[in-house]
Amino acid sequence: MITNTPIAALNAAGISYDTMQTYVMVMVALVIVMTIADMLHKKSAKFFFESADAAKKNAVKSISAGEKMGIAASTIATDVVTSGEFHNPVRRIVHLLTMYGFILFNASTAAMVFGANGADAMWTQVWHVGAIMLAIGSVWFWFVFKVDVAAEGNSPFSIDIRRDIFSLSLMATSITALIWSFNGNAMGWEFALVILSTASLFGGVYWSKFSHMFFKPFAAYDKRIRKADGSAENLPTITRDEPEQQQRHSMELLVDAPMDMGLGIKREAPKHY
Amino acid sequence: MPTFVYMTRCDGCGHCVDICPSDIMHIDDKYRRAYNIEPNMCWECYSCVKACPHQAIDVRGYADFAPLGHSVRTIRDEEKGTIAWRVKFRDGRVKNFLSPITTQPWGTKIPDFRNEAEPSDEMRNSELLAFEPKYIRMDDGGLHTLESNKLSLKAGGEYHESL
Repeated sequence: MITNTPIAALNAAGISYDTMQTYVMVMVALVIVMTIADMLHKKSAKFFFESADAAKKNAVKSISAGEKMGIAASTIATDVVTSGEFHNPVRRIVHLLTMYGFILFNASTAAMVFGANGADAMWTQVWHVGAIMLAIGSVWFWFVFKVDVAAEGNSPFSIDIRRDIFSLSLMATSITALIWSFNGNAMGWEFALVILSTASLFGGVYWSKFSHMFFKPFAAYDKRIRKADGSAENLPTITRDEPEQQQRHSMELLVDAPMDMGLGIKREAPKHY
Repeated sequence: MPTFVYMTRCDGCGHCVDICPSDIMHIDDKYRRAYNIEPNMCWECYSCVKACPHQAIDVRGYADFAPLGHSVRTIRDEEKGTIAWRVKFRDGRVKNFLSPITTQPWGTKIPDFRNEAEPSDEMRNSELLAFEPKYIRMDDGGLHTLESNKLSLKAGGEYHESL
């Protein structure tokens, strides 16, 4: 099944690769324009730089360019590539499935469309694997981890288009793409649904959560920089690991206690609504 | 405005919703980030601030709590069993505190009440229970039921005394 070649079939049905390339470029342009509009509307970039300037004033030590490079590398390795932000390991797996499914699906689409070879065996399989990962991740997220469902007890079937446009578009794009491929109906209703879903996914960036993929790495980098320069957003930086802290009078009760006390409230998922 | 949420830090995990004793931390319908739905009702208990795994919640204290507008931030480190506080005054002075929040690994010292001895007659007749409701019935009577306590259910799940 995953060896089907829907893009080649679409080309054979009369849609040229030039037309497909134009559609992809329009989608990319929409993402860029809408991300900028989103940034201007929410003033997120302004907030980010003002906040970073304020943190600099509170810095206890300066960070060298080399250290900044190291922090950037660890941000990419931990926060970007492996979604280290998520403390819940299953939630992290769901995010990784969705993220890498999305990347594989889009990269393989671009490779086949711009390479004008929709029958490429390797990219076709990557396209299907990406779509399957994206479908599993987005559906799993929708029914288990969507926060108003998980933390507020709302029904997963209560839909608010403005709120859910990103998740719904991801699910719709991956599922309709798979149906389109498996049915082999290149120009049928399945294709119309794929076009509708992708247009909603890339054209709805201004209203959706799509642009978080551009902002989150900067926020994660900024958080690490603040920790390294000692400003730490005014958060405490002392820990029980430091020998001088272990000597505190207040720490007498923990002299013989293990350094890993296990999990307290985090032993249970926050579902006690 | 007592507690507020840094939107770029919050990942909508729901720990603050779960722990807020006033039930005023909720998830925003549109942005799926936590926020304080009723700041006037917040008594700055810091439960959500401590529970937040990303330190995304801060408190803008009332004047009785932060008279000179100082910053009070905290990190509750479950694994280490400690809680750290940092108070930063407006003139730049900083005070750091570190205290234990548990002395035993979490969950290892939960008493199993099934294995605990029953209260003695002396304890049951103690004047310490003088003002407890009669429904507690610390006696040797039979099974405690609504009927035996002369209670009945009414619509809405509440109960009232049937006379």
